[in-house]
Amino acid sequence: MDFIAIFSIFVLACFVGYFVVWSVTPALHTPLMSVTNAISSVIIVGALIASAAAGSASSKWLGLAAVVMASINIFGGFAVTARMLAMYKKKER
Amino acid sequence: MDIQSILSAAAADSHGIAVNPWAAVAYLIAGVFFILALRGLSSPASAQRGNRYGMAGMTIAVVTTLVTHVPMKFGDATNSYTGVDPVGLIEILAAIGIGAVIGIVMARRIAMTAMPQLVAAFHSLVGLAAVAVAAAAYLNPTAFGIADAAGQIYTVSRVEMGLGIAIGAITFSGSVIAFLKLNGNMSGAAIMLPGRHIINLGTLAAIIGLVAYFTVDQSPWVFWTVTGLSFLIGFLLIIPIGGADMPVVVSMLNSYSGWAAAAMGFTLGNTAMIITGALVGSSGAILSYIMCRAMNRSFISVIAGGFGADASAASSGSTEQRPWKPGSADDAAFLMSQADTVIIVPGYGMAVAQAQHALREMGDLLKKEGVTVKYAIHPVAGRMPGHMNVLLAEANVPYDEVFELEDINGEFAQADVAFVIGANDVTNPSAKTDKTSPIYGMPVLDVEKAKTVLFVKRSMGGVGYAGVDNDVFYMDQTMMLLGDAKKMTDDIVKALNGGGH
Repeated sequence: MDFIAIFSIFVLACFVGYFVVWSVTPALHTPLMSVTNAISSVIIVGALIASAAAGSASSKWLGLAAVVMASINIFGGFAVTARMLAMYKKKER
Repeated sequence: MDIQSILSAAAADSHGIAVNPWAAVAYLIAGVFFILALRGLSSPASAQRGNRYGMAGMTIAVVTTLVTHVPMKFGDATNSYTGVDPVGLIEILAAIGIGAVIGIVMARRIAMTAMPQLVAAFHSLVGLAAVAVAAAAYLNPTAFGIADAAGQIYTVSRVEMGLGIAIGAITFSGSVIAFLKLNGNMSGAAIMLPGRHIINLGTLAAIIGLVAYFTVDQSPWVFWTVTGLSFLIGFLLIIPIGGADMPVVVSMLNSYSGWAAAAMGFTLGNTAMIITGALVGSSGAILSYIMCRAMNRSFISVIAGGFGADASAASSGSTEQRPWKPGSADDAAFLMSQADTVIIVPGYGMAVAQAQHALREMGDLLKKEGVTVKYAIHPVAGRMPGHMNVLLAEANVPYDEVFELEDINGEFAQADVAFVIGANDVTNPSAKTDKTSPIYGMPVLDVEKAKTVLFVKRSMGGVGYAGVDNDVFYMDQTMMLLGDAKKMTDDIVKALNGGGH
């Protein structure tokens, strides 16, 4: 994809992010941080490409290290968010 | 034209390399799922579904990458096998497995009060992973499709890569310092280095200059110097920032981790990474803005650091011994059981003392007596945005009893008792009246308007983080309950139980 196409996606996504995040209730700001943490680990995509590529051993090992770090974040981030969200309960009436 | 060929035509990248069109669509779907994940957080009722969207999006992104980038083995003189490299694949799956085990164990074990540290630690991992990916791309650019036949990396990719590694490194080292401060391994006080503004600005200018120079010279020294300097400035930026400014810092690092992912997304031309990066980047930026607004401070002044250092000098002049009224747990229990409405104002001190469960028990007993119990949360109470809400949720306080500042501030005037536990600066009326106060202009909870204020505090000696005395302590209707927040609350619970109505 050319740079302008990608840049357009980026700018539009910033606007989507702006409106979506303002609609998040302040009570859920901590889960918001942990879930954004988990999804920003989508950087694992780059790590997987690096660890599967041939041609440079150091690049491959950096990739594998990044896969481990990103996986900690993905699994840890989603799990801790789920744990927190399960605690939010409405009043029993 | 069938769909396949339409997609193929649309998905060819700028360098003429064909991108698998189905992969491009899958990444886009993953990006949409991430948007839905954040959207779900607009209410606690839909939040869990949102989290599952997030997991689904991540699964799509990971599986797509695994399928399109399988490690391959090519036949050579000794072995003619050509195809999937099983060892390489096992290594990758093992790496995911190791990360999964560590992550899930951490997520299960962590105490809710330690949430800010955990988030800081996770941020540092995103930062370091971004650095590792950028470095891997630098060392093996052809594998990422960002270099020409001669091994020269494209100019646009160099800028993206330079930004990615710089932001990633700052996120990592900044988060490490934030973690050490939040975890108590490092003093939470603002640590001042002489001439730090000049050092920081110089380092930042050097990073920007070198990233620009990287576009004409891709030699390793440029790349690694940028990396090193970025690690350094991350440390330097966060060291001078004190504990109570941590909500801003943690949000800011959250934002950086997003921009780092977006920069790498540009390098790889990956829509899932770009959408996610933009979402996370704006999320962190908005949270930083909300936190700054709640402290009436500019983002620049928080980042410049050192809040509280000049404030103590300002307040020391007016310090005089003023009379205050001590109270006991029994008094507090009696006052609250006779009240119609009690508003509880928790702060960081409640988190430190782990008093949230005792507090909920107290609330339950009061409700049994027919008292209306509400909780009032200041946006910067605690060490990260929404910290108090999570702790109260952990203690089974229903979220519809918990109110934000704007929603509850009008109710203090009708409340019989304001029960302040572990909070101080966020209740200080001088923020509204005293122009010389360092916290002037900060929105505060109007606890002084309640008929009675019960103020749980460790001792009369310490003042809040801002180093300002709080007039609420000395008002006629205030009763100071001195002691550990948890012990005091437990004692009140005992008194309420023993009272027998």
